[in-house]
Amino acid sequence: MALHTILAFISAAIVQGTPLLFGATGEILTEKSGNLNLGIPGIMYIGGISGIVGGYLYEHFAETPIPILCVLISLLASLLGSTLMALIYSFLTVTLRSNQNVVGLALTTFGVGLGNFYGGSLLKFFGESGSISLLTTGNAYKTKIPFLSDHLGIFGETFLSFGFLVYVAIILALLAQWFLKHTRIGLNLRAVGENPATADAAGINVSLYKYLSTCIGGAIAGLGGLYFVMDYTTGAWTNNGFGDRGWLAIAIVIFALWRPRLAIFSSYVFGGLYIASVYIPGLSGSDKELIKMLPYLVTIAVLVFTSSRKKREHQPPQSLGLPYFREER
Amino acid sequence: MSKTAIELRGITKRFGSVVANHNVNLKVYKGEILSLLGENGSGKTTLMNMISGIYHPDEGEIFIDGKLAHIHSPHDAFNYKIGMIHQHFKLVDLFSAAENIVLGLEEKGKFNVRHVSERVAEISAKYGFDIDPNKKIYEMSVSEKQTVEIIKVLYRGADILILDEPTAVLTPQETKKLFDVLRRMRDDGKAIIIITHKLHEVLELSDKVVVLRHGEYVGTVNTAEANEHILTEMMVGKKVELNITRKAPVNPQDRLVVEHINCRNREGIKVLDDVSFVARSGEILGIAGIAGSGQRELLEAIAGLQKLEEGSILYYNPKTGEEENLRNKTPLQIRELGVRLSFVPEDRLGMGLVGNMGMVDNMMLRSYRKGNSIFLERSEPEKLAKQIIEELEVVTPDAETPVRRLSGGNVQKVLLGREIASSPTLLMAAYPVRGLDINSSYLIYDLLNEQKEKGVAVIFVGEDLDVLLDLCDRILVIGNGRITGVVDARTATKNEIGYLMTKTVYKEDANDAT
Repeated sequence: MALHTILAFISAAIVQGTPLLFGATGEILTEKSGNLNLGIPGIMYIGGISGIVGGYLYEHFAETPIPILCVLISLLASLLGSTLMALIYSFLTVTLRSNQNVVGLALTTFGVGLGNFYGGSLLKFFGESGSISLLTTGNAYKTKIPFLSDHLGIFGETFLSFGFLVYVAIILALLAQWFLKHTRIGLNLRAVGENPATADAAGINVSLYKYLSTCIGGAIAGLGGLYFVMDYTTGAWTNNGFGDRGWLAIAIVIFALWRPRLAIFSSYVFGGLYIASVYIPGLSGSDKELIKMLPYLVTIAVLVFTSSRKKREHQPPQSLGLPYFREER
Repeated sequence: MSKTAIELRGITKRFGSVVANHNVNLKVYKGEILSLLGENGSGKTTLMNMISGIYHPDEGEIFIDGKLAHIHSPHDAFNYKIGMIHQHFKLVDLFSAAENIVLGLEEKGKFNVRHVSERVAEISAKYGFDIDPNKKIYEMSVSEKQTVEIIKVLYRGADILILDEPTAVLTPQETKKLFDVLRRMRDDGKAIIIITHKLHEVLELSDKVVVLRHGEYVGTVNTAEANEHILTEMMVGKKVELNITRKAPVNPQDRLVVEHINCRNREGIKVLDDVSFVARSGEILGIAGIAGSGQRELLEAIAGLQKLEEGSILYYNPKTGEEENLRNKTPLQIRELGVRLSFVPEDRLGMGLVGNMGMVDNMMLRSYRKGNSIFLERSEPEKLAKQIIEELEVVTPDAETPVRRLSGGNVQKVLLGREIASSPTLLMAAYPVRGLDINSSYLIYDLLNEQKEKGVAVIFVGEDLDVLLDLCDRILVIGNGRITGVVDARTATKNEIGYLMTKTVYKEDANDAT
C-alpha cells in the first residue's frame, strides 16, 4: 500500500514536472543568450491555447479525425503560436533594445489574457456551447508506449506509462545540455550571454544568436502549455487552469543553475512539491497552502546559497537582462 | 633584406574637425619589431585601429605583402593575417583559455577541447608561453590574460601582430617574459608593432621607431642610432609660447602635505607608490604624466574617495590654523574643510554633474543639506546659476536646460563655476580643458589664476606640456604611480618633463639579475 502510494506520487510528480521542464529548458536556452524572458508564463499559455485552437479546428471540420493528424496539427499550431510570442519579445528587446523586464511582464499579461479569451469564446464562434473538450486529440497525446508500459510490471506502470511529450521533455533537456556544452554554436551562444562585446569582436552575429535562441526557447516552453492542455487535462481548457506554472519554470532555471540536465531533476522535485499536499494524509486546508509554498521557499534558499558561495559557474550569464549596443564612434 | 610585411602611405584620418592622423607613413619588414612612440592623444591607437579594421582611413593606402589592401572590418584584417591585442582584453571570463581561443572560429570538424589544447600547447612551446589551456579566465592574472589574447591571434594564423601598450599592466618580470616571447616571434619571421610611450622599452626591444606627435608623422629612426634624448625631443617637439599671464605666488604657505601614500587598484596593482609632495597656497601646482599613471587615484585620495594603504595627507586649515589628516575623514568632512575637486575623466559628466539635470539642480548638489524644512530651497541655487551664466559666459538657453545638452566647454564652466563659488581653499582640476576650444581654455586658465591670486592652493592635472609650463608655478611629474621629479615651471624645459614622464623607476630592478 505504502509502496503503491509512493509510486503513484512519483508518477504524479513526473506529470506535474513535465510542463515545468519544458518551460525551464526553453528559458535556459533563452537566458544563455542574455535575454531574461519573463514572458515565459504567457508564452506557455499561448502554446496551450494555440494547440487547442489547432486541434479544435481539425476535430471540428474533419468528419472522422485521425489521431496522428490531431497531434501533428495541434503541435504545429502550438509551436507557431509560442514562436510568434518569442519573436515579439526578440524584436522589442534585441532590435529596439527595450527593457527586457517590462517587455517580458507585458507579454505574460498578454499571453494569459489572450489564452483566456480564446479559451472562453472559441466554441461560441462556432455556435456551440459548453466547454472545450478535445477528446480525440487528448487521448492521442495520452497514448502510452505500447509494449513496454504493460509488460514491465510496476516499473513500466510508473515510468513508462506517460504520453510521448514526457519523454520529449527529457530528450530536449538532454539535447540542450549537450548543445550548450559540446558544440561550437553552443559555445558561441554562451559567449553572447556572457560578454556580447567579446562575441561580437570574435565575429559572432550577436543579434542573430539572441533571436534564434529566444525563439527556439519560446517554442520549447510553449510545449509545456501544450502538454498541460492535451495530456494532463485530456484536451480540456479551463481559464487560468495552467496557473502559476510558468513562474515556477523560471524559478527552476535558477534552482538548476542554468543547466538543462539539472532542470530535469529540479522540475520533478518542484512537480512533487506542487502536489505533495494531496499525498500527505491528514492535512488541514491551511497546511496544504503552506506546503504549496515550498517550491518558492526552496528557490529563495538556493538563490541565497549560490549568491553567497559566489562560485562563478553558478551565477547567471553575465550580461543577462542587458541590451547590447555595439560601441560605435 | 627581408620582405615588407605592411606599409602605410600617407594615411590621414579625421573625426569631425579633429585630425587624428595626418599623412602618416610607416613600413614594417617581416622579422622586425617596430615601436610606435608618442604622447597620449598623438594618434597611435587610431592609426593601429585602421590597420585592424576598426576605422577606415580617409586618405592614404595600406599595402600588405606589397599589395594594396582594403580593410573594412576586423574580419578583413584577420584575412590579411593581422592580429591586434587591445589594451582592454576581449575575453569571456567564465570560459577557459582554450574556449576563448576558438570562440567564433568557423573551423571544420567536431568541436574538441583536447584538439584545441594540443594546438595551444604547440604554439606555447614554440614561442615560450606558459599557459594552462583549461584554466578559466577569471582565475588568471593580467599577464596570463594577455598571453591568451596573444595566443588567440597566433592560433588564427596572424603574421602581423599589433600590441597596444602591452606593458602598461605588467610587472617588470612579466614585461621581460613578454619581450622574450616577442623576440622569438620576430625570429620566426613575424612583423610586430608595439604601441608604447616608455622609452627604455623602445630602446630595449625594437628595431625601428616611428614617432607621432599630435597626429603628425614626425619620423622614423633605427633604434641603433637613437637614444632617449633624441626620442624625447621627437616626441614632445619644440616649445610653443601660449602667453598665459602668470604672476609670482604671493606669500605661499603649505596647505597640503602628502606623505608617502600608497594605493592599489582593484586588481591589486600598485597605482600610487610612495607619493609625497606639498601644495602651497597662492600657487598652481601642475601634475604631468602619461594618462593612467596614478593622477586620478591621487586626486581621489585627497578628496577621500580612495582607500590608502599607507601614508598621510595633512591639510593646514587656514581658518583655524590647525593641522588635519584627511586620510581619516569622509568625503563630506573633507569638502566642508574647503577642499574642492573638479574632475574631468574621459567623459565630462561622469563625476561632478548630473547630465539630465539643469544647472540649478546641479548647483543644489552642493547645497541640498542647507535649509531647515523638508522642502528644497531653490532661490539661492538659482541665483548662483544665473551668476555663473553671466560671469563665465555660459552659452545655454536657460538655467533649467539639462547640462548634458551644453557643449563641453560650457559644461566645464558650470562645474568649475560651482566649485569656485563655494570659496575653496584647495582646488583640484583634472584635465579641465580637455576637448575645449582655445577661447574656452583661456577662460579656464584665467579662472584658475584668479583662484591662485585669492590664495587658493590649486592643483592642475594637465596633458599639454606647453600649458603646464606656462600656467603652473611648479610641476610634479608622475610616472607609473611614482613621483619622478618636481620642477620649477619657469625654468624647466619640455624635454626635461618629457624625459621624467617616460622614465620608469623600478624598485624591483635589484631582483633582476640580467
